[in-house]
Amino acid sequence: MSTETPTADTIGVGDYQYGFHYGTDDYVFRGKKGIDAQVVAQISEMKREPAWMRDYRLQSLETFFQKPMPNWGGDLSELDFQDIYYYVRASDRQEKSWDDLPEDIKKTYDRLGIPEAEKKYLAGVKAQYESEVVYGSLQEDLANKGVIFTDTDSALRDHPDLVREYFGTVIPSHDNKFAALNSAVWSGGSFIYIPKGVHIEFPLQAYFRINSENMGQFERTLIIVDEGASVHYVEGCTAPTYSTESLHSAVVEIIVKRNARCRYTTIQNWSSNVYNLVTKRAMAYGDALMEWVDGNLGSKLTMKYPAIYLMEPGARGETLSIAFAGKGQHQDAGAKMVHCAPHTSSRIISKSISKNGGRSSYRGLVKVQGDAHHCKSNVVCDALILDSESRSDTYPYIEVDQDNVAIEHEASVSKIAEEQLLYLMSRGLTEPEASAMIVTGFIEPLVKELPMEYAVEMNRLIELQMEGSVG
Amino acid sequence: MASVLTIRDLQVAVDEVPILRGVNLTIRQGEIHALMGPNGSGKSTLAYALVGHPRYEITGGSIEIDGTNINELDPCERARLGLFLAFQYPVTIPGVKVADFLRHAVTNIRNPNRKEGEGLIPMKDFRKELRSRMEELGMDTEFARRYLNEGFSGGEKKRMEILQLAMLQPKFAILDETDSGLDSDAVRVVSEGLQKLSGPQMGSLIITHHERLLEYNVPQFTHVMLAGKIVETGDAQLAHELHNHGYAQVRERHPNEAAEEELRLQKVPAAAE
Repeated sequence: MSTETPTADTIGVGDYQYGFHYGTDDYVFRGKKGIDAQVVAQISEMKREPAWMRDYRLQSLETFFQKPMPNWGGDLSELDFQDIYYYVRASDRQEKSWDDLPEDIKKTYDRLGIPEAEKKYLAGVKAQYESEVVYGSLQEDLANKGVIFTDTDSALRDHPDLVREYFGTVIPSHDNKFAALNSAVWSGGSFIYIPKGVHIEFPLQAYFRINSENMGQFERTLIIVDEGASVHYVEGCTAPTYSTESLHSAVVEIIVKRNARCRYTTIQNWSSNVYNLVTKRAMAYGDALMEWVDGNLGSKLTMKYPAIYLMEPGARGETLSIAFAGKGQHQDAGAKMVHCAPHTSSRIISKSISKNGGRSSYRGLVKVQGDAHHCKSNVVCDALILDSESRSDTYPYIEVDQDNVAIEHEASVSKIAEEQLLYLMSRGLTEPEASAMIVTGFIEPLVKELPMEYAVEMNRLIELQMEGSVG
Repeated sequence: MASVLTIRDLQVAVDEVPILRGVNLTIRQGEIHALMGPNGSGKSTLAYALVGHPRYEITGGSIEIDGTNINELDPCERARLGLFLAFQYPVTIPGVKVADFLRHAVTNIRNPNRKEGEGLIPMKDFRKELRSRMEELGMDTEFARRYLNEGFSGGEKKRMEILQLAMLQPKFAILDETDSGLDSDAVRVVSEGLQKLSGPQMGSLIITHHERLLEYNVPQFTHVMLAGKIVETGDAQLAHELHNHGYAQVRERHPNEAAEEELRLQKVPAAAE
């Protein structure tokens, strides 16, 4: 009879190693390592960008150099900006159909299940391989409705006025050091415009992937949901395992106009050497609804706090986040809700799991500005710690300049109880199966919000991680 | 050939405090045994030790199924050999649907050599079977979609234990006070449920303070436990007597164990049971 209490080892929780990658020798272009004005100018030139974007990049680079590194959150001391490639283009041109894709890239996508996803959703797949979008399809009826769903580089070329009107308006380049970096070297990302009153019934999806050693990925996503329109955008990532550090620093800007709705779902699954430092922010106007559904499974360090600025009365914001921190991982994630107008409401639900020495932190801000009376905010954080080496912290910040508000905050930390394991095992489940089932149940309230395919994938990933049979 | 569960001179300690001091008991498939005894005598300890609760350390003796010693097996392996415990306090597993849990459990029990990650039993067959078992037990099939024991009433939890018993069809079922804390209607439902499941393929060990469960499930053997030992074994009549007269006479007949019980009550809170 086993008399040990369960630990990460006996549960069989392995290291994070969703690793697989294919050769990178055939890349068409790869700039030099490190960052300076010449590299930034070269990126802009290769993309044949208008002068204003080139200037914007160069100005942002100055800001990047001036801004100090954050001295809070995770440990960034090993991050060396001069040891990273800032632009790699995997293929010279945009492929039109799946069959035209290079074999290498297809193999990677097969493992990600892209064709399957496309069959099922058919609402348009944008797949980003390295820094360029090389494969994408867009259903005809979306185009007929006037929806624009493309990569941001193409959008800059084909819809320059629209891009110029909104680019950098939600997250200015001086917002923080990593927003400035992205503004200087951004490449790829999705651009979505949903015209007034248009509802997209299927989730729009994009797959992102880093597949070159020491390469940073700096995608730039801009979503504009016009009045009374609605969209659900889904972004998922899987990355290969590498021995040296890699940086992912995206910027996502979303504008949700009056009476519009937007849901943005991410499952972040970078390999455990990636620094994932992302700035995501949405502005929600009168009676609009913005929802972030944010799953953080991979990376070495993630610092990500999707924000919603509630700009006009009736605006609602909701963030659901799941973090899974294994060996050597730190998930510093959370949400920000800024109530700028009266009668706005927000909700944050955060669930984190720490195992095998992993660390997860909830870091959140609820801010109510002076004239934003009759605001409501509800924050719930639950942490599950699987062993004594692992750690969970909560940093809830609340700044309220107004008396007439209702703000609630609840937090709980729990461990997998011996009784739960015994109960499930006494019904024939192995210890890893029982642990996985308990963890799956813990995140179920969030997983059920994901599109079916992602929910299945998410549960499968959790199971594999708990079984320690990945690799 | 009928399987047999043999408990030989079993000694069990919890946090190094000895609770069972040499229990002998043999249960064959098809037999019904009642286990009675005052609080703290070790009945639940025996139940937990049988299914392999990690906190219940076997310090001596053996548990065998058909001659194979299972002392070192974990709860999952024991379950696959056909042991089942209906918990006195069923555990809540938030976010895990009854049907998902049971499909997994049933698959593992029926294919004991299944490797992790291999397919589960077909959804269609499973659903059909689950629905008919639930109907037999008078359960609302809606329960299959609820989270395991979350927000269940006492009676619902106990019925869920019986449903699991029905689906897993163990060779040996231990029922730890499955009738406690229930109103008389619920006791009847659970008792009838168990009665339907009993048969030549199942041996049961019914731990109970009450008589109702035994009215529906008449034991061939009644065992009385006192201070960590089985001190007497009789038939259904013994259960009836204990129910009517309590344990005073048993204590008189076994002064050594009664003294040990007295000593334990001073040292160890009843929770050690």
